[in-house]
Order: sequence, then structure tokens, then C-alpha cells
Amino acid sequence: MGEQSFLAHSHGRNASYAERIVGGLAGALDHALEAETFASRRGLLQALDPRTKLACLMALAVTAVSVHSLIVLVALLAFVCVVALGSRVPLRRLWKQVGLPVFLFTGPIALPAIFLVAGPAIAHLPVLGWPISRTGLRSAAFLLLRAQTSAGLCLLLILTTPWPHVLKAMRFFRMPVVLVVILGMTHRYAFTLLETAHRMIEARQVRTLGRLSPRERRRLAGESAGVLFARALAMSTDIHQAMIARGYRGEVRLIESFRFRKRDASAFATCAVVVAGALVFGR
Amino acid sequence: MHIPDGYLSPSTCAVTYAAAAPFWFVAMRRVRRRMQGRAVPMLAMTSAFSFVVMMFNLPIPGGTTAHAVGMGLAAILLGPWAGLLAISVALMIQALFFGDGGITAFGANAFNMAIVGCFVAHVTYRLAAGNAASTALRRTVAAGLSGYVAINAAALSAAVEFGIQPMLFTAADGTPLYAPYSLAVAVPAMMAAHLTVAGAAEAIVTGGVVGYLQRSHPELLVGREDGSRRSPRALWAGLGALMVASPLGLLATGIAWGEWGTHDFADAGVREQIAGASGGIAPPGDVPTGLARIADLWQAPIPDYAPSFLHSESLGYVLSAIVGVGLVILTCALVSWFAARRAPTGAA
Repeated sequence: MGEQSFLAHSHGRNASYAERIVGGLAGALDHALEAETFASRRGLLQALDPRTKLACLMALAVTAVSVHSLIVLVALLAFVCVVALGSRVPLRRLWKQVGLPVFLFTGPIALPAIFLVAGPAIAHLPVLGWPISRTGLRSAAFLLLRAQTSAGLCLLLILTTPWPHVLKAMRFFRMPVVLVVILGMTHRYAFTLLETAHRMIEARQVRTLGRLSPRERRRLAGESAGVLFARALAMSTDIHQAMIARGYRGEVRLIESFRFRKRDASAFATCAVVVAGALVFGR
Repeated sequence: MHIPDGYLSPSTCAVTYAAAAPFWFVAMRRVRRRMQGRAVPMLAMTSAFSFVVMMFNLPIPGGTTAHAVGMGLAAILLGPWAGLLAISVALMIQALFFGDGGITAFGANAFNMAIVGCFVAHVTYRLAAGNAASTALRRTVAAGLSGYVAINAAALSAAVEFGIQPMLFTAADGTPLYAPYSLAVAVPAMMAAHLTVAGAAEAIVTGGVVGYLQRSHPELLVGREDGSRRSPRALWAGLGALMVASPLGLLATGIAWGEWGTHDFADAGVREQIAGASGGIAPPGDVPTGLARIADLWQAPIPDYAPSFLHSESLGYVLSAIVGVGLVILTCALVSWFAARRAPTGAA
């Protein structure tokens, strides 16, 4: 997507324009399928109640953003790696979907801070002679570690919890029911639209000889988006009629069938200790 | 544009969540009232569409590529309130499911892209499109322009959020704890990218989709500006209340940063205030020559919001507010009158 994201950017520079769009769309679909596969495995986080996971991982993310110590941030990142291994999420995947994108996106933003942030110089860049400040280095490290830790926690939540369970857990924390339903439908139909876009662009790709000019590519993207919007609106009307046919009268109800067990209490206690420790030592 | 976690302090994140919450509340109420049962599938599909559109990378003149956010499209096709909800939902799925934008920074991202973006796009589109027919070329251009202005307004909002971090949140040794660049660096860096590449992407997608819909589904471009035909009575009441409340400004002490007059440089008390508000940097001993040269070029008719014939400061503030609002309304009326005279009545 051109920004920090869990999606791998695997399509090559030599790929055609259509191939690159198809690659991006396929990457999003693959991520969703892989998330479901990981969520169905037996592991540490998979065994917990989604409400416990949501509350603990959010508390840890807020803690990672709040602490003022690099050592504590490194410890939190190590904790994320340990939890990932316990949940049968390989560190290679964590690196591919979090580590690398954060370095590629935040790295170029953090790097100039080493030279631009005022502070005592601890070294000079060879050849150019730019001073590397201690405060600049620390500042860049804060940015990278915070982004890595928070994104790692978010990925663990998504890889170990089916999306409908995440939504039900949100409902438990008093998120408006209508918003939860919209989020669920958006997620479901985003993939329907992704498949539609995928087929549309692929169909165009197989009918195209040679390379499209930038003007033609812009036109292709604009028109594809227009077709998608028209289809999305038509689909929303169909869905609404289907909902009415099934008894929908504007009120939304969700079935909540989660069970809070002893292991959830243990997870809560562990999380509370980690958060409290990080906040005390990270001041 | 999607701010990841760690760039903004927890208090900035809390403030942006608080700033966005009333908009979400009002938007939800308005959309449910307007769409009734249709709100849920309609918003879900538009959010899904915004999400997919963000995956379309576009070739930008100059050799690079960028993706659009879809805020201009959402505002034009759904109106600003439904649009802000659709973009917020798309942003939440991006943040949670795809890691594009942070969880703690979700409030800031929604405030910048969904709220600022949609409202700026809506106002720009309405001003630029005027009363042109739904199939007029002017609407295509207005759509592109609204996307361009909206993404730049959102980027400016994000840049300000970045830029205030090192001013407010540093460690004892001066290390910036969050985004490390000051406003002087953050604003030009963000705006350079958005005024050129990202702005072009947003303009191309917004203009391109509206252009396509004009040819294939012109009915989708008619009557989607929710709330546009509402009575402005509540707006006038709010404006009146704000005018009456304007003397609250008298409670603030000191001088606004950067609004110093030439005489303030000679006042020891004011010099101390300036130094205190400028991170301990003392102002120059003499009035800067550029300031001294142009400071007296214009004499305000009501200096310091206090007309000389009024002895009450509070009354002076209220009168200044009435005069200011009157002048703004008069200017808008004149611009609208000229625009209406020049606007074509049919297709361009």
C-alpha cells in the first residue's frame, strides 16, 4: 500500500501496472487467509478468550507508547517475540510482516533525526562529516522500537483471533453495536470487492498487449474505481433487501458466547505485571 | 499519511480521540436518521470500497506512484457525515487488520483523514462545482480539486500533530520521545510530498471516478450532499452565541506568540514573556528592521478589538465580532453573486 503495513510488497519493479495492482490485491487476500490459518492453530494466544487478548494487547500497546526508557521498550519487544513463539507465529513472519515494513517506512523518517536533532555529538558521519547526536540516536530508536512493538502486538491479535471474535470482543467493551456490525460487514465485503477488483484488473491485463502509457494507467485506475463504486452501491441495495427478507428491522443483535476461564485470569495477571513493571521502570 | 503507533504521545492520541468522538456521534445519528435501515449495508459497502481504492497505486507525472485515500470521493458521493464514517471504518480495518496506521493513533488518523479530509473536500467541491449540471466537466474538475485540497488539509493536520511533539514531549536530556521533528521541518516535509505526489493521486482518483460516474451512472452524483438543504437557523444561533461569548478572550493573559508589536520589544515584561514562550530564547534587543519597516503600513480601524468610542472592553469585543461576521458574510455574498452571474446554467 506504499505505507507501513502487514502486507508483503513482493511484486517486482518490472511487473506491469496491472500485475502490480493484482499483486497488491492478492497480497491482501493472502493475508486474510493466513490469518485464519494461524487463528485455527493451537497456541498460547489462540487458547485465550478474545476479550482477554484484546484488553491485554491494547494495554501493552498503550504501555509501549507511554514508556520513556529504551531498555524497557526492548524488553517489551522481546516479550512480544516470546508470546509470538508461544502462539506458534514464527519470528520470520513477525519480521516479514512487522519488522521489515517498519524499517522500510519508519527507518527513512527516523534516520535524519540522528543528524537533525540537536544534542552532544558522539561521532561524525564519514566523508560528509555530519555530527551524529546522542539525542538524535535515542529519538530514532524510540520511534522504531515503539512502532515495532505496537505493530507486533496488533499482528499477534489478528493472527491469533478470527475477525468475528475480535468484533464480538469489541462489543463487550461497549463499542456501539451498529459500528461493530458495520466493521464486520466492511471486512467481509472488502474481500468480495477485492476479488471483484482482482478479476476486473486481471481480465484487463490478459486483453492488454504491450505496456500502458501513464495516462492510460490513470484512466484504467479511475474507471476501475468507478465500476467498483457502482457495484458496491448495487451490492449494498441487494444486501439490504436480503437483510430485510431475513427479518432485519434496523436493530442489530449479536450472539455473545465467550467463556472467561482460569487461563484468562492468568493472562490478565501476567499482562498486569508486565504493564505495571514497564510503567514503573520506564518512567 | 497513516500515522503508525509511536509517533504521537498518548496525550495527543487522547486529545484526537476526544476531538473525533463528537463527529462520530453526530455522524452516526444523522446517517441513521437519513438512511434508516439502509445505513448499515450502505456504510459497510462504501467503507469496503474506500479500503479497496486505497490499494490502487497510480502513476503520477514525474515517474513515481501513490495511492489515494478516497476522502474526496466519500464526501462527494455520500456527503461529509456519512463519508467521515465510511473513511473511519476503513481506517480502523486498515489499522487493526493490515497494520496500516496505529491503534493508539487511530483517533488522529480518523480526525485528519475522515473528519478534516471529508469536510474540506465537501466545502471545496460545493464551492468549485457551484450549480453546474451533474454531467458538467466543471464537476469533474471540482472533484479532482476537492480531493487535492482535502488530502493536503489532512496532511497539514498530521504535520502539525507531528510538529508539536518535540515541543511538548522530551526526555530530561532533550531527546524527543515521539516524532522528533519540529513544525519547521514536519510541515514542509509533509506538504512537499502531499502537494505533489499524494495530492495528484487523490485528484486523479477523485476526478477519474466522478468523470466515469458522470458517463455511466450520473444518478449517483445527484442529491447525495446530506444536510445541504437544512435550515441554517441552528448555524445562526451558534454564530450568535459565539459572538456573545467573544469577551471570553479577555480572560487570556499575555500576548499570542508571534503577534508582537514594535513597542513590545522595548517592554521588559513583554520581553520576558516572549523569551518564556520561545523556549528560553530571548528576543533581539532592537526591533527587527523588516518588522519596523512594515509594521505601520496598515493601521487597523478597530485596534485590539477595542473601538476608541467604547469604554467597555467586553462590549468592544462583541461589537468587533458583529463587524467581523458582517464583513465575512458580505464578502461571501459578493463572491456568490459574482459566481452565480458567471456560472453556466447547463452543461459546460
